[in-house]
Amino acid sequence: MEITLNWYLGLSAVLFTIGVLGVLLRRNVIVILMSVELMLNAVNLTLVAFSQAVGDVSGQVLVFFVMSVAAAEAAVGLAIVIAIFRNKLTVDVTQINLFKY
Amino acid sequence: MEPDFLVRLILLLPLAGAILNGVVTLFFPALREREGLIGAIGTTVVVLPFLFTLYLFLTFDGEAHVADFYTWMSAGDLSVSFAYRIDQLSLLMSLVVTGVGGLIHLYSIGYMHGDSGYARFFAYLNLFIFAMLNLVLGNNLLVLFLGWEGVGLCSYLLIGFWYTELKNSAAASKAFIMNRVGDFAFLMAMFLLYKALGSLDFDVLLADPAGNLSQSTLNWVVLLLFIGATGKSAQIPLFTWLPDAMAGPTPVSALIHAATMVTSGLYLLARLSPMVLSAPQVMVVIAVIGALTALMAATIAITQNDIKKVLAYSTVSQLGYMFMSAGVGAFFVAIFHVMTHAFFKGCLFLGSGSVIHGMHEVEHELEHQGHKKHLDPQDMRTMGGLKKYMPATRMTFLLSTLAIAGIPLFAGFFSKDEILFKAFEYGYNGNGYAWFVWIIGILTAFLTAVYMTRCYVLTFEGEARWPKADKIHPKESPWTMTTPLWVLGGLSVIGGFVGLPGVIAHGEWNWIHHWLAGEHGPVAEPLAVPHDPGFVAIEWGLIALGSAIALAGVGLAWRWYTTHGLAFDERLRGIFGGLYRLWQGKYFVDELYDATIVKPLIGSAERGLAPFDEQVVDGTVNGVGNLTRGLSTLLRPIQTGIVQSYAVAIVFGVVLVIALMLFL
Repeated sequence: MEITLNWYLGLSAVLFTIGVLGVLLRRNVIVILMSVELMLNAVNLTLVAFSQAVGDVSGQVLVFFVMSVAAAEAAVGLAIVIAIFRNKLTVDVTQINLFKY
Repeated sequence: MEPDFLVRLILLLPLAGAILNGVVTLFFPALREREGLIGAIGTTVVVLPFLFTLYLFLTFDGEAHVADFYTWMSAGDLSVSFAYRIDQLSLLMSLVVTGVGGLIHLYSIGYMHGDSGYARFFAYLNLFIFAMLNLVLGNNLLVLFLGWEGVGLCSYLLIGFWYTELKNSAAASKAFIMNRVGDFAFLMAMFLLYKALGSLDFDVLLADPAGNLSQSTLNWVVLLLFIGATGKSAQIPLFTWLPDAMAGPTPVSALIHAATMVTSGLYLLARLSPMVLSAPQVMVVIAVIGALTALMAATIAITQNDIKKVLAYSTVSQLGYMFMSAGVGAFFVAIFHVMTHAFFKGCLFLGSGSVIHGMHEVEHELEHQGHKKHLDPQDMRTMGGLKKYMPATRMTFLLSTLAIAGIPLFAGFFSKDEILFKAFEYGYNGNGYAWFVWIIGILTAFLTAVYMTRCYVLTFEGEARWPKADKIHPKESPWTMTTPLWVLGGLSVIGGFVGLPGVIAHGEWNWIHHWLAGEHGPVAEPLAVPHDPGFVAIEWGLIALGSAIALAGVGLAWRWYTTHGLAFDERLRGIFGGLYRLWQGKYFVDELYDATIVKPLIGSAERGLAPFDEQVVDGTVNGVGNLTRGLSTLLRPIQTGIVQSYAVAIVFGVVLVIALMLFL
């Protein structure tokens, strides 16, 4: 069995879906951030797979961009989590509902 | 100076005065204290139009001039513009309005001194002059109606000037609502005219009305216009507002309810005289109602104790005379009486204002000294002997009283005698109802002389009847108040000579007849019927009769009231008994209207309209609000405040879009 492009894409899709479900369904804010990272990495996998399949190195260049943005975003996100924790003493996202009617 | 420009100034100056005195002082309250400035502006913007009108009057060439300014409205076939007409009738009326108006503005400077609403008063007065000028100068019925409504509005504003007292506001509402009933009839007449003729311009309306309109349309139009006139000019059945209107300041009573606004009905009939003459059956109605009103009001006036109420009923009675005159086709004489009435009634009202002003000071002094009983400054029973303290007021009041009584050579004599003569002549020429009018006129003339002399004597002659009369007395009024009194008093003496009766020099010296009803004059009159030479003797006889009645009335009343004073009223009560009670109760017309119209209306409003307003109207408005609130309560749970639920919504959206892109 040859491991073709579709296998990588399939893996990527599954990882992305798991990430989405994690963002939507998990209560812990940090786990949600981890799921976001998972989604970003799934996209990286897609990009590298296509880069290899098409023979164009631009995909891998874009991966660098995505990775650096993901890192920055994780830093900022965690800073926000810490700030909220200092006020509400919880990382349960269902408790952070100040805009509720 | 060309006429169009002058007409613009004549109309716009009073409006400018109203805006300056009213709107500017609204935004700059500190300016309301500047009485001198306000009074000066208010008076100047009426005196200047008087001078301009005088110029137009003196340079009038006999041809009616129409100044068309701009189109007011143009809808379908109807095109109405702000057009103003300068002809003999409108010039004469404008002279009276601005002349007497200017004098009353001057008077108000003194009379309203110290009142907190000083600026507002002059603003309303100026607005009134503007509306009245629109009324008399307009060249079509709609501009006239604009003025008609405008003077009604200003009358409301001015009667209820001291609005903090409920009785004044009630009187103002009564005047306005009664006027409105008349205005409804006026509107119906305008609708009929438009439907028949397609235009409301006077040039169209007055060109051969009998030819253009069917007799029944003419009759209806004239009748409806007359009903409108009864509202404005206080005739039966719409006259009860005028005595109540005395609640307003006296200059208002003088200007609006004696000299100008109440004569609008007469002006309307005179302006449309060709039309009225073509409806002879309605003329009978006009004359009879005028006569009955004149007599009714005169009988009421004998019994009244409030000086302003006497003058108010006197005004209703004199207006009845004017309608009698119109009803027998003598429109120019009606306008002549309008003019002389403005002089003497204006003087009488201003004089009464001067008296009230003086007695008001007495009342204050009495209160200051701790006197318990409240003195009514308008009640003649606590006046008397004022000639000692108010000589100028007394002399002018006396002159005007003689004028209104019809003493020979005074102004009222010429106009009133002319009315009686015209009524007699019309009856002589074959119109029977005119005899009835003439008899009523004679009777009312006697009564007029009696009640006016009573009014004068009880106020100025005899002994003073107010408390502490030996210590406290009133003072003569300032020059701003006595100057108009002298001017109007003088006019009451000489103002009649413009209309010397026809017996003298075969009517050559009847200037006002030539001016108004002459060759190309605007006021129509019935065809002259030649009489046999013996008729001249009858004419002189009638003049003698009129003079005798006036002299008898004044003489008898003078003797009765100087000899017996107030006790004579008791004697009258004894002689007439139930009749006297009827007169003193003002024929109980107010009570009748109250029971048959006012109470049922208010009752049905309370039972029908008020619940409708509360439940249906308020219910609908509140219902819309409640609907919005209900919808929002339904939709609010979407805002959970949890970011994840929003993220779910976004994901749904993305999936939907991708599905649409892939499968459509």
